[in-house]
Amino acid sequence: MARMKFLCDADRCIECNACVTACKNEHEVPWGINRRRVVTINDGKPGERSVSMACMHCTDAPCAAVCPVNCIYTTDDGVVLHSKDLCIGCGYCFYACPFGAPQYPKIGNFGSRGKMDKCTFCAGGPEADGSKEEYEKYGANRLAEGKLPLCAEMCSTKSLLAGDGEIIAQIYKERVMKRGYGSGAWGWKTAYRETIAS
Amino acid sequence: MASLAKCVRLALGAWVLSLMISASVPSIAQQVNPTASAVKEQQLLQELNRIQGRVSIPDQRSGVLEQPAGREWREFRNVTLRWIGGIAILGTLAVLVVFYLACGMVRLQGGRAGRTIVRFSAFERFVHWMTATCFITLAISGLNITFGRPLLLPLIGHEAFSEWSQWAKYAHNYLSFPFTIGVVLIFLMWLGGNIPNKVDVEWIKRGGGIVGHDHPPAYRFNAGQKAVYWIVVIGGAAVAVTGYELMFPFYLSGIEGMQMAQMVHSTVAMLFVAVMLAHIYIGTIGMQGAFEAMGSGTVDANWAKEHHSLWLDEEDARAATNDARSKPAATAAE
Repeated sequence: MARMKFLCDADRCIECNACVTACKNEHEVPWGINRRRVVTINDGKPGERSVSMACMHCTDAPCAAVCPVNCIYTTDDGVVLHSKDLCIGCGYCFYACPFGAPQYPKIGNFGSRGKMDKCTFCAGGPEADGSKEEYEKYGANRLAEGKLPLCAEMCSTKSLLAGDGEIIAQIYKERVMKRGYGSGAWGWKTAYRETIAS
Repeated sequence: MASLAKCVRLALGAWVLSLMISASVPSIAQQVNPTASAVKEQQLLQELNRIQGRVSIPDQRSGVLEQPAGREWREFRNVTLRWIGGIAILGTLAVLVVFYLACGMVRLQGGRAGRTIVRFSAFERFVHWMTATCFITLAISGLNITFGRPLLLPLIGHEAFSEWSQWAKYAHNYLSFPFTIGVVLIFLMWLGGNIPNKVDVEWIKRGGGIVGHDHPPAYRFNAGQKAVYWIVVIGGAAVAVTGYELMFPFYLSGIEGMQMAQMVHSTVAMLFVAVMLAHIYIGTIGMQGAFEAMGSGTVDANWAKEHHSLWLDEEDARAATNDARSKPAATAAE
């Protein structure tokens, strides 16, 4: 079984936001919700880097651990998914998430945040694969069709890698070897408690 | 002329040499690591325990790239808080059960006098019961967030538990408003009787007369009731402020502030529930004649004499002066 992970090679990311647009379009994500975003650190200064970030599908996911109704689960592929039928919109996963992944349709409203929404690694939800209900609640299920997440597939510089953790780590290592430098796999230590030597 | 040509040749040679040197520089630069000046993840995390940058989407809050502090919050929520709540609430319950079995109900020693006096007006009782019903609902729905998943969910299943938790969450959010109003009214209407004074020192020294048949003097509220009053006012204010901070995310603080607010909110609430169990005990099965004060609003004169002797004296004195004054007032025709 594969262990799905994301890896953003910050030395390649050009902040084009194609991953953000691809994600929004593929899953018809409503206004105000961004399952993926690109954060630029030290914007305009020497050493500036951009990192594309979404749910990292953590090992021992903190969101799943704190959920009061236990609606978040990890699939056999290591993808962290949740059930919108069970979610009560309490916001606890948002307090626990190190990457700001959980999104709520009505974040500013008291009493009702609405059901949580987040990156599904293009793997849908608990409903039947490829069903209409699944698409309406969680978006496309590309993984069930044998495809990888669209954000990484569409990345113009192949900065964003998605797939089996060992394979994408190997690709990154080879890149670092060839070009002689690399600023590391951002978020990996926090999400997976491991780093890729660079 | 020859010297000039020599000079030009020398200058040309120097220029070519400098060109060659400068041309060799880029080949050195190619070996320089371009990430040497780049931002480093671990360094940024060590500095602030979070990484923040700029985003081009409208939601500026998503500029926080990483905040590993959520891990400590998770430890608090899943482990520390459950211990705090378990020890505080079960501990209090255990103490109350042991005390009740050992000492039983505190009875009226002099029996009932038959004469009753007013202790709480209809408005005071309305405020008390409004706050109390809100508190019980808030407590149950709040405990459900902390203990529901390990205790209730395995019993009733995912669908039923989510349905119940959804309603409990709505109740928790919306009943916070009447609860807050109740706490404010309690603060204002009983503030006068709850300022600590010398009588309280004596009352505490004698342990409130809990053991044996001692009855230390007290005004309208004894030191124990004053403690409950201040716990309600201060604890109520703390849960209200932190609760609204969580209900209106990002209005008052960022994510760290909300983690802190949740920690304060839940800890204070657990202790609050433990204290209120003791309050409910002494107001019902713990003491004969006590419930009437908040039930019908009147208490037996002997109950007042035994538990609030100085208050009874005050009330009697006021009644006497009112009687004395009302007679001449009728004839004076002011």
